[in-house]
Amino acid sequence: MNNFITSIGNWVDERVPMTDFWKKHISEYYAPKNFNFWYFFGSLSMLVLVNQLLTGIFLTMHYKPGAETAFASVEYIMRDVEWGWLIRYMHSTGASLFFAVVYLHMFRALMYGSYQKPREIVWILGVTIYLVLMAESFMGYVLPWGQMSYWGAQVIISLFGAVPYVGEALVEWIRGDYFVADATLNRFFALHVVALPLVLVGLVVLHLAALHEVGSNNPEGVDIKAKKDEAGRPLDGIPFHPYYTIKDIFGAAFFLLLAAFIVFFAPEFGGKFLKPDNFVQANPLVTPDHIPPVWYFTPFYAILQAVPDKLMGVILMGVSVMILYIVPWLDRSPVKSLRYRSWPSRLALGIFVIAFVRLGMLGLSPDSSTFELRLWTFFYFAFFILMPIWTKMEATQPVPERVSSV
Amino acid sequence: MSILGRFSSPKYHLATGLVLVAMMVFSTHGVAASKGNLDPAGSNVFDIASVQRGAKLFTNYCMACHSAKYMRFKRMEQDLDLTEDEIQAFLVPAGLEVSDYMMSSMPYEASADWFGKSPPDLSLTARSRGPDWIYTFLRSYYMTEDGWNNKVLANPAMPHVLWELQGIQRPIMETTEDAAGVTHVSVASLEMDVPGELTTSEYDQTVRDIVAFMEYIAEPARLQRERLGVWVLLFLAVFTFLSYLLYQEYWKDIKK
Repeated sequence: MNNFITSIGNWVDERVPMTDFWKKHISEYYAPKNFNFWYFFGSLSMLVLVNQLLTGIFLTMHYKPGAETAFASVEYIMRDVEWGWLIRYMHSTGASLFFAVVYLHMFRALMYGSYQKPREIVWILGVTIYLVLMAESFMGYVLPWGQMSYWGAQVIISLFGAVPYVGEALVEWIRGDYFVADATLNRFFALHVVALPLVLVGLVVLHLAALHEVGSNNPEGVDIKAKKDEAGRPLDGIPFHPYYTIKDIFGAAFFLLLAAFIVFFAPEFGGKFLKPDNFVQANPLVTPDHIPPVWYFTPFYAILQAVPDKLMGVILMGVSVMILYIVPWLDRSPVKSLRYRSWPSRLALGIFVIAFVRLGMLGLSPDSSTFELRLWTFFYFAFFILMPIWTKMEATQPVPERVSSV
Repeated sequence: MSILGRFSSPKYHLATGLVLVAMMVFSTHGVAASKGNLDPAGSNVFDIASVQRGAKLFTNYCMACHSAKYMRFKRMEQDLDLTEDEIQAFLVPAGLEVSDYMMSSMPYEASADWFGKSPPDLSLTARSRGPDWIYTFLRSYYMTEDGWNNKVLANPAMPHVLWELQGIQRPIMETTEDAAGVTHVSVASLEMDVPGELTTSEYDQTVRDIVAFMEYIAEPARLQRERLGVWVLLFLAVFTFLSYLLYQEYWKDIKK
């Protein structure tokens, strides 16, 4: 029997590098042995991506895009489709958790300087994934065709109207109609279920390919490839499989415990994941009092609100995301990890996290104080703009040659 | 090194994470439906008897005008311990079958002329407005010279359908002056003028039953969801524990 399986394996290997691929990316991919808690979020993002793809496929089997049919078909899924409610809640909860794990994953990179040379392209691909994810989730949010879907789309699409000269034409082109309508819903459906998932999966493949080319960073920022044994294996590296596959299974299990709690006991998550107004079918004649975006967009929405001029606000909001692209060149520090930097880096990252969270809270509310909006917007941008200065000036400690502890 | 040690401990990271999540969740506003001074409904969608009573009240009092178009009568068979005959006899109005959706017999187009607005579908009201809103709304009708009004929703198109049960409340007005010196007359509270068939606490319970039923029709899967959830969490807790042991076992030689 074993011989038979081996001979099939050989037969395939002579035609396609199956075993090579497994070795290169899994069983002989050497990762630093000192990954900590923060290193769970990469594999968790992948887990959530797969969840979104699978549950999305099953939702598509019953969902009916169209202004007349969408809302009712979602309720049909919730009531009459076998396990439809579970699949839908897994998808809606997954959307929010996707952003949660991606934000933690990005925070990890900022903390340990994972974007620094030679991982600039890993970071750039990651930021691009994040951008596509924003588009993907925005379009997905429109599909249930509730009041928040509709008016959220109305608000976000109208932002493009701030573009000089071509703004109105651009908005009309995006909507495919003079207002958010059936045509808008159908094109968003096409983009949400076909175009953007393809792009997203492609980018994830590239993100991993780029990572595996240069190897993973670690909490110490030690270059493990500098010290190798006679066989060319990093002394502080361990094979991804079985060590990190096993560890990530534990991480995934714990994550699923939290996710299942939300899915089964708090799928609306206090109105944060599913908003009360979205249980009312879209009505172009009734504008809700307050149209806040979903929690994961609120920091950027707050930055938009902080600026009185619409065009400037839109530009600043765009810049607040795009500025992530140049982080590898803003950071001038000779060391990667926060552990070997000094208080300016720690203080800056701390203030940045507080600013981001606080902006997120302010963006949820219709009447946040303009002063506070501007204060935290200032700190948000100061983090990036001043980064070249403090990273160049602060004292750093020498990075050890080897990873000392696990 | 002490600071570095603290920053890298898993406990520290976990605590930071939980604090951040808590800040995000419990920040600023609650759900939109909870604005204003609403009384807590205290309804329990898992109390099958209460939901059954609510079903009877809903079909008697609400369905003359309102539909619950996403809800099938038949669904109550599996969720509310009712037989098909019981549903047919007690809940399904004339002209409809057990397998039908809960549609009102009121013609939708004409009703807009009669009331100024078609009575909204109530399938999802418990999710959009929230149970507390419905509970407070149905207890806040009062009579004026101009007819029925409501403290929660001013000038509602709907008259007080349950007035025979609750009785007739009158408003106690209050006049306040704002900073600009403009006087406002508003309803401070309501007092019972003509008692109805039920005492106040009996009426509250009746409304609570209706709310429980409306919570049920807003998400019939909820009963099944939370029952199943307990088992899923138990399974995942065991699975997490076992995967932790496996992780420790594999990592023994790394963590020397």
